[in-house]
Amino acid sequence: MSQFAINLLFVGASFALYIGIAVWARAGSTKDFYVAGGGVHPITNGMATAADWMSAASFISMAGLLASGGYANSTFLMGWTGGFVILAMLLAPYLRKFGKFTVPDFIGDRFYSNTARFVAIVCLIIASVTYVIGQMTGAGVAFSRFLEVSNTWGIWLAALIVFLYAVFGGMKGITYTQVAQYIVLIVAYTIPAVFIAFQLTGNPIPMFGMFSTHTESGVPLLQKLDDVVSALGFQDYTADVDNKLNMVLFTLSLMVGTAGLPHVIIRFFTVPKVSDARWSAGWALVFIALLYLTAPAVGSMARLNLMTTVYPEMAGQVENYEEATQNPILYEDRPDWFRTWEDTGLITFNDLNNDGRIQFYNETADYTDRGWEGNELTVNNDILVLANPEIANLPAWVIGLIAAGGIAAALSTAAGLLLAISSAVSHDLIKTMINPKISEKGEMLAARISMAGAILLATYLGLNPPGFAAQTVALAFGIAGASLFPALMMGIFSTRMNNMGAIAGMLSGLICTLLYIFTYLGWFFIPGTNTLANTPDNWILGISPLSFGAVGAMINFIVAFAVSSVTAKPPQEIRDLVESVRYPKGAGAAIDH
Amino acid sequence: MADDKSNAAEYWKANVRLIFGCLVVWAFVSYGCAILFRPLLANISVGGTDLGFWFAQQGSILTFIVLIFFYAWRMNKLDQKFGLGE
Repeated sequence: MSQFAINLLFVGASFALYIGIAVWARAGSTKDFYVAGGGVHPITNGMATAADWMSAASFISMAGLLASGGYANSTFLMGWTGGFVILAMLLAPYLRKFGKFTVPDFIGDRFYSNTARFVAIVCLIIASVTYVIGQMTGAGVAFSRFLEVSNTWGIWLAALIVFLYAVFGGMKGITYTQVAQYIVLIVAYTIPAVFIAFQLTGNPIPMFGMFSTHTESGVPLLQKLDDVVSALGFQDYTADVDNKLNMVLFTLSLMVGTAGLPHVIIRFFTVPKVSDARWSAGWALVFIALLYLTAPAVGSMARLNLMTTVYPEMAGQVENYEEATQNPILYEDRPDWFRTWEDTGLITFNDLNNDGRIQFYNETADYTDRGWEGNELTVNNDILVLANPEIANLPAWVIGLIAAGGIAAALSTAAGLLLAISSAVSHDLIKTMINPKISEKGEMLAARISMAGAILLATYLGLNPPGFAAQTVALAFGIAGASLFPALMMGIFSTRMNNMGAIAGMLSGLICTLLYIFTYLGWFFIPGTNTLANTPDNWILGISPLSFGAVGAMINFIVAFAVSSVTAKPPQEIRDLVESVRYPKGAGAAIDH
Repeated sequence: MADDKSNAAEYWKANVRLIFGCLVVWAFVSYGCAILFRPLLANISVGGTDLGFWFAQQGSILTFIVLIFFYAWRMNKLDQKFGLGE
């Protein structure tokens, strides 16, 4: 069977599974549609949350980020997991006790203000729409690489599958497909990693292999990697970072952003009890950690594999690293996987010194003394996970599995985001703000139509990604962290916080973060319109625009408390509401109003 | 009623204390051991590199998992003790 047929078989089988679940898990009521009926087991919800959270970026890009950045990019590992600790302790149990369907529901009711509700709806929609663009383009890339269809067809196919289970099943359909998608993606991620860890270190568990001895050289793997990359002018893999303030703030921004992203929060509305929401957050992190503990191993091992593929003399025991760099492989002798990925343009070679060999090194280093006239190889970071099975010479079915896994990661996150968007439109905007008299049936129809609308919008944006697509992650995390997270937390932990304080806080956190991002990345992300060049010298106190979400959150807290202390106390019934969300007693399943 | 109120207030105080303790550990492993104190831990070697690197790539994630389960377990005890569970 050809590789194409195998890929088609795996992806097709996974799609048949998702559609089967869609038929079985049809939503019969708005409660089914928004919170899957409210009866999801905490472990099931943990698994669904893991798939909801781990996007195309986690599955495809993160190992590449770690491979290229080494220690410095540990921020992603800590930030995207540490957020679940604050979610479990500061938000999820209380919002579950509150017992309604959406994030703007809580903000609007707690701050007794439709203005606050509207600000929350706008923040939610911007954060979720920017986030969904990356999922659609990610699915498109996976389809076009593995199924040999054009990018456009790939995105339409992804949209159709999501449409089938999200429009009919709502949160109920999404929950159970996410469980299936989690299993597909974790198996796909783990199998090649186990083989590679075993090949390089003799230890089949990647997270331990990473800290073991590299078999071929007899040196610890990470030390070997440091030696190899530094001989080629790259920074040591484990090198420390100078700007610690920025590293701390970036990690904190990712954490508060994670805790404030609505599509993650609403998953905790689906469990039966408050205590389940706490357990469920723990299970979610366990399932996420299975991938996140493997990713750094994949990153470091793939980097070492790539280097020793180009410089075979570096692989074993090396007396003199400088000498070992003298004989990189001949371009004609490059391995097959190398050729496959060259076809996609994600690996490119340019023989600058015309010696027929591949000189691959840090392009800012000067090695004219070695007869090198510039770095000749560029490798896109995103291919590392996808190419892993080919690099390790694994059988064809593993490649088919990776294809299904990458698509599962993109679709599961896209579906969660689409539900957050559509419930904000049908429930918060239409049912709560515009037409409170709408019937249950009418709201269901509105929910399905807004879901379909959201899918069309996401498809359009996936087909025509705005030029700033890569920077939108900063935007999504900035908005969620600087605006939604502080408002939710103060709504629970302060009985004194009033409507004026919350609105002023959300707006100032949001506006300051946007201003800082736009100053360096361009106004409304239009290239070339940035006021200051995006270089560390220009950043205020060395804080990068990506790290500013944490500062925005602090501004939000300060402004909210200042404004609240000089304006009227919230009415008694609001203080009673805050009291009631603090105690688990009396929580029913998520209720309609 | 007054008893109920002071009971509930005690429960909330105990919860806030527990959260504070957990978040101290949360910040210590991630911002502390993995980032700010890494140079201080440079002498403790772990598989070819130092302890700070391990905390940044694995140790903090493992600690986060333990923290959430510890919190969930302690809170269940508190729910029972104060009679405020579901």
